[in-house]
Amino acid sequence: MKPIVPKKNEPVRIGFYICHCGTNIASVVDVEAVAKYAATLPNVAVSRTYKYMCSDPGQELIQQDIQESRLNRIVVAACSPLLHEHTFRKATEAGGLNPFYFQMVNIREHDSWVHTDRTEATRKAMALARAAIQRVPHHKPLEVKKVGINPNVLIVGGGIGGIHAALTLANAGKMVYLVEKEATIGGHMAKFDKTFPTLDCAMCVLSPKMAAIGSHPNIHLWTYSEVAKVDGYVGNFKVTVRRKPRYILEDLCTGCQECVNACVYKDAKFADEFNLGLGKRKPIFLPFPQAIPPVTMIDPEVCLNFKRGKNPDGSHTVSDKCKKTCVEACGDRKAIDFKQTQEIKEITVGTIIVATGFQIFDARRIPYYGYGVYPNVYNALEVERLINASGPTEGEVILRNGQVPKKVAIVHCVGSRDENTNRWCSRVCCLYSLKLAHLIKEHTHAEVYNFYIDMRTPGKGMEEFYNRIAEEGMHLIRGRVADVYPDPNDGATGRLVVQAEDTLTNKILKIPVDMVVLATGLEPHPEAESLRRMFNLSCSSEGWFLERHPKLAPVNTFTDGIFLAGCCQGPKDIPDTVAQAGAAAAEAFALIDKGHVEQEPNTAYILDDCCGCKSCIPLCPYTAISFAEDTKKAIINETLCKGCGTCVASCPSGSIVQNLFEDVEIYSEIDGVLAEGLF
Amino acid sequence: MANATQSPLPNSTWKPRIVAFFCNWCTYTAADLAGVSRMKHFSNVRIIRLMCSGRVDPQFVLEALAKGADAVLIGGCHPNDCHYVEGNYKCLRRYQMLKRMIADMGIEPERLRLEWISAAEGEKLKRVVNEMVETITKLGPLGLPQKFEQWDREMEEFANHVAARDAAAGGGCAEHGTNTQPLETAHA
Repeated sequence: MKPIVPKKNEPVRIGFYICHCGTNIASVVDVEAVAKYAATLPNVAVSRTYKYMCSDPGQELIQQDIQESRLNRIVVAACSPLLHEHTFRKATEAGGLNPFYFQMVNIREHDSWVHTDRTEATRKAMALARAAIQRVPHHKPLEVKKVGINPNVLIVGGGIGGIHAALTLANAGKMVYLVEKEATIGGHMAKFDKTFPTLDCAMCVLSPKMAAIGSHPNIHLWTYSEVAKVDGYVGNFKVTVRRKPRYILEDLCTGCQECVNACVYKDAKFADEFNLGLGKRKPIFLPFPQAIPPVTMIDPEVCLNFKRGKNPDGSHTVSDKCKKTCVEACGDRKAIDFKQTQEIKEITVGTIIVATGFQIFDARRIPYYGYGVYPNVYNALEVERLINASGPTEGEVILRNGQVPKKVAIVHCVGSRDENTNRWCSRVCCLYSLKLAHLIKEHTHAEVYNFYIDMRTPGKGMEEFYNRIAEEGMHLIRGRVADVYPDPNDGATGRLVVQAEDTLTNKILKIPVDMVVLATGLEPHPEAESLRRMFNLSCSSEGWFLERHPKLAPVNTFTDGIFLAGCCQGPKDIPDTVAQAGAAAAEAFALIDKGHVEQEPNTAYILDDCCGCKSCIPLCPYTAISFAEDTKKAIINETLCKGCGTCVASCPSGSIVQNLFEDVEIYSEIDGVLAEGLF
Repeated sequence: MANATQSPLPNSTWKPRIVAFFCNWCTYTAADLAGVSRMKHFSNVRIIRLMCSGRVDPQFVLEALAKGADAVLIGGCHPNDCHYVEGNYKCLRRYQMLKRMIADMGIEPERLRLEWISAAEGEKLKRVVNEMVETITKLGPLGLPQKFEQWDREMEEFANHVAARDAAAGGGCAEHGTNTQPLETAHA
């Protein structure tokens, strides 16, 4: 198709299209009336309605009209421009016009979906259409800016989501920086015993992937590290990573753990984080046997060779009071370095995948369940560790007093579906509770009582799993647990009573049990807020990172080039996390493989009548504006300008113009929306 | 908001006209979210999308009021959340200045409102829009275009009056008498 080059002084001929969107728009807005109204406005040559403008025939309609009716401006009144502006720009371009001769009117999200009065909604649609029709004659042909993209990828978070995304990209030949806050990758999945619904061992499927990360030539694995700063934009992010000192030189340590054996502490006596404090470790330790990188670390808070307490800058001071048997054991490898300090790494990447995961709900926030008060109340993750063969009890489900529980209650929805704590369903608790019920029964032959509100088992194989577990002779009680208290008849043994109303039989139940397992829900990571600021993301009101579109852009964010994977976006199970991580990797790959990013040409430029007052220069956060000494005028560096328009609004002589948002365009919109008779 | 879209003043045809300038990244998206969540609210707000609240030229606000808006709503990102680092702070400064300016012009400061509404706060958008419509309904119309017309008429009458008086005085004051075209109108 021959591109239509606008001739000078050619009369503006606008094509106006209003979409029914099935009944989404047409049921509230009288689309025919809007089309008739638009036809009366100046410059409108064609005015039509169509059932689905975004469909192929809808777009072809535009292209056909451009050719047949010699249209040179297009206005489509439909959904939000954030959804379909791109679609219609493409259609405009396919018709032979510059894509920026297009303007979109949002009459679905901003009108038909939020108003019920047909007259008022129709008037609003007319006013908004009028604004666009008045605006579009001022549009100029613009060109999309193409900027090269750095092929490296940063992945933040080394749980199963980050691991999967990293391997996918690294296998495709891309250089990946995987940054993990903890000393090892693996995340929550590494702590699980079995996974539902297949009951396959979590570590058996995870550890090969972890090992692959550790040995992959395309992956820079930085554990015990945090992203400190992110600058730049899609294609060219400048990232600062802070690597915390683990006092072991990663390149030299072979993971033999002879240092651990040689430590002056003969017995492990410090709470082991990986086992949630149920087990013990030494001051020098490997987080868990399959840790990647297989490198030990030193906890300076308890190691005798360090002074207690941190310095104001967060570092620790070496006391040199220990015999340093660990150094002796390490011998010639010389992998232990008490003087190690934090290391700052600066990298440039083109895309970022955020996979920072979740935290489990702190059950102490619901005092009547007695977590943290009664020793026999556990959260589900602690029980995972008790069941796990490499856990603190080597797979024996025993209470803190060493006894095997004979009766176990599992309380669902702890910190989920609760007005007082978190309102959302954490999605995985019903299923992992069924899994734990099965595993506890398998390990202890105990009677297991599941107290649930609703049994939620969506997903492939999940309902079958529920039926299977139910048939194993579990007690499934529909009722929210109201109280957990020491058994008045048997208090000394730590036995507890779980009280709930069985809402199917309308009976109050008081069941004495030896162990209570709280199926704690999933919560946004405590650092989500600071991460959100750093990566310029949005959060839902609950604190989960917000995807660009819940259905059509589920891994994209509002910041181009930054993608989401896993539970940082919302609670999900392992298969969904992996699927999402794959999607995020594919999105990143699609950007990289294209080789360039297209940037909205909404940058600003300076007119000749700039008087050189320099008031715009300090306003630009990207230092895109400079002062040309020879001409005594300001100049804008187009590659640095991000198109916010702050300088435009401040120019006292009106000498700065923002493409796509020119003053004259905004003024014609203001005039358009205030049209008489449309309120 | 069961009666959200009913006319707030059933006996009057007047309804507040509110022009809104929303940042593309937060408040505009919040309005989309309100739509997706079907949060019904008053239909009196007409949204104009800008890339950043920092793009809101004070003249946009004055122009909207002069062209017949009863109020102007600006929506930007929460402090520290600006997509462009600090455009919202620039907007805040202009807003503070404008607030005083319109008060000096005899326009109630309530007619200009700046709100930080993040992309996730569809509920807040609905609340702010409804609150604003209620506030402006109570305040009544601003009606600057009508006032301009009235002032133009007054000026014209005054000019005519002066011309007639000069004519009656016998054309003695040439420097006044020849200057009979209407004085420059207030909003020109």
